[in-house]
Amino acid sequence: MTAAREKVIDDLRERISALEGISARKAGCLAFGVPEIDSVLPGGGLAYGALHEFAGGGAGTVDGAAAALFAAGIAARTRGPIVWCLTRPDLFFPALAQVGLHSDRVIFVESDKDEDVLANMEEGLSFGGLGAVVGELVRLPMVGSRRLQLAAERTGTMALAVRRWRRQTEANDFGQPTASTTRWRVSVMPSDDLPVPGVGRHRWFVELMRVKAGECAEFLVRACDEQGRVDLPTRSSDRSHSPRRSLHSA
Amino acid sequence: MPAAKAQALFRGLLMVDADAAADAAALERITLWALTIYSPIVAVDGIDGIVMDTEGADHLQGGELPMVTKIANQFLSRKLTARVSVADTWGAAHACARATNKETVIVPVGEAVRAVERLPISLLRLPEKIVGDLRTLGFQSIGELSNTPRAPLALRFGPEISRRLDQMFGRVSEPIEPIRAAELIEVTRSFAEPIGAAETINKYVGRLVVQLIEALQKKGLGVRRADLIVDKVDGRRQAIRAGTVKPSRDVAWLTKLFRDRTERIEPGFGIERLTLIAIIAEPLEELQKSSSLVGEEVTDVSPLIDIYGNRGHRVYRLAPLASDVPERSVQRISAAANPVEVSWVHHWRRPVRLLVRPELIDVIALMPDHPPVAVTWRGKRRKVKRADGPERIFGEWWQRNSEMEAVRDYFVVEDESGERLWVFRAGDGVDPETGSRRWFCHGIFA
Repeated sequence: MTAAREKVIDDLRERISALEGISARKAGCLAFGVPEIDSVLPGGGLAYGALHEFAGGGAGTVDGAAAALFAAGIAARTRGPIVWCLTRPDLFFPALAQVGLHSDRVIFVESDKDEDVLANMEEGLSFGGLGAVVGELVRLPMVGSRRLQLAAERTGTMALAVRRWRRQTEANDFGQPTASTTRWRVSVMPSDDLPVPGVGRHRWFVELMRVKAGECAEFLVRACDEQGRVDLPTRSSDRSHSPRRSLHSA
Repeated sequence: MPAAKAQALFRGLLMVDADAAADAAALERITLWALTIYSPIVAVDGIDGIVMDTEGADHLQGGELPMVTKIANQFLSRKLTARVSVADTWGAAHACARATNKETVIVPVGEAVRAVERLPISLLRLPEKIVGDLRTLGFQSIGELSNTPRAPLALRFGPEISRRLDQMFGRVSEPIEPIRAAELIEVTRSFAEPIGAAETINKYVGRLVVQLIEALQKKGLGVRRADLIVDKVDGRRQAIRAGTVKPSRDVAWLTKLFRDRTERIEPGFGIERLTLIAIIAEPLEELQKSSSLVGEEVTDVSPLIDIYGNRGHRVYRLAPLASDVPERSVQRISAAANPVEVSWVHHWRRPVRLLVRPELIDVIALMPDHPPVAVTWRGKRRKVKRADGPERIFGEWWQRNSEMEAVRDYFVVEDESGERLWVFRAGDGVDPETGSRRWFCHGIFA
């Protein structure tokens, strides 16, 4: 009974994915390596061949620092060259190198207008063979995001849009619908406590605000490490201590 | 000035005979060089000038003023003094460049008549004889000449005067016949019936590209820069230039670069002739591709770089530069450059966004070694919860004398809400020689 039902559901899933576009399904996913985050994403990770959107929270809406680093960490874990389209060249690459993104992999395309960034991203996505295409955008209209999503689906390249606005008040634009597959907000949080004075590993509050065929979720994560991986603070500290503690208490 | 007078004025003056043929050859060489860098339509102008059609080329250099300044500077760096002027017509630009001692002259659109009316008639590109005779008649400036009835002048001097005047004021067109060297590879297609439809243009551009690649293949060359020149029925000429980051003989790649922009061609009454020229061609050897069964496929992104570059966007990669000063530690290199391999080595975390110039902040801090307790940046006061530092960076005395003693002490500060900033104090906080002890914000952490 259940096997038959599973089969029917699988069949339905396949037909739906065939309607949605086949290549998107084939392209696969890039897992975060954190079970809590991967479990809420359909396919167990960020889909290749799809558009993902990142924005900052608070002052991060203007500087987009955490969002850019989060996207850089994801891009670092893909394979192949990265195209990074921007209009404001204030990115400090040594920071990106610290999350595992080598400068040889990244080709920057600087243009004067926001629309050019969209066009450049689309060109990069339809080129194929790239690891990811990152774009720093102010506006992401529905039509533009749809085009990016379709171009990404065709070639299986991951599209990462980092939203940054000119003023903090403009950021409610993030509520407008777009065609992106996932939508994230990354805000900075106080860093890890250290036994000595100093700034520990940075922490972010990552909100998964929208995901196609999935539920919203939010996580308190520790910022990207040298390989571009995030992890959950509670998990790593608990797991290392709890088995031993339970052994002693038992 | 006669030679004897010059010798009387300057002692030990070296006299060299004028060599018109060598001058002309040198001018042609400079013109060919200008053809490869500035514009697809460049020609020799008289015995001492170069004329270029810069329409549609100025915005790539950031406007007309940056463009003419750049041209003047590029000539200066080769120890040539050039006077550069931009005007609506060839005639007006010719006159303006030769009339003043200023290095650059820009005549705004539509102002050509006003700019040239006071200039002497010798700048009208007329034969010596006619200029002399006009002077005898009392004509001094171009304005006077243009206000005189044409018929008597034409009766006496022929049609030359009115033709030159009309060309200067843009009443008749004066196409520039671009300079060509014998070794440039060129393919042409003339049409019995003028063409105009976008699809037809695309089709013939595709065929020309195939022909050009065949011609290049025979010589073992690859194209680095190619021009498509469009001759229209009404005598107008339009040019499209495409460049590649490395020599290429790929038909699809080159066709894509031109097709991207054929929509910018205005066919007008129709196109008579299409010409495709390889302006810069470099040797390109056939390479055997080693078939890799296991090795990972490396994507060649140079076609993509070309697409971006030909659209006028800035394409670059970043590479480390051996410097401790943050703003100097990053350099832009060509996107197609060889891999650099090395990366930045930092034991300290670096901010994601670096402010273009450090911004002055108000800080409460215990001197000399303690991190700030409170920071006011962009009008917002933050209480510092956690901080790291100082990381001392010394000035680079080999760059500037003023950096001999200079020191910056960098701190990472984190406020209550978790926002992290990269601040520094100019100076070590003890010795006033090392800096002003003022505080600056230099970056934003993620």
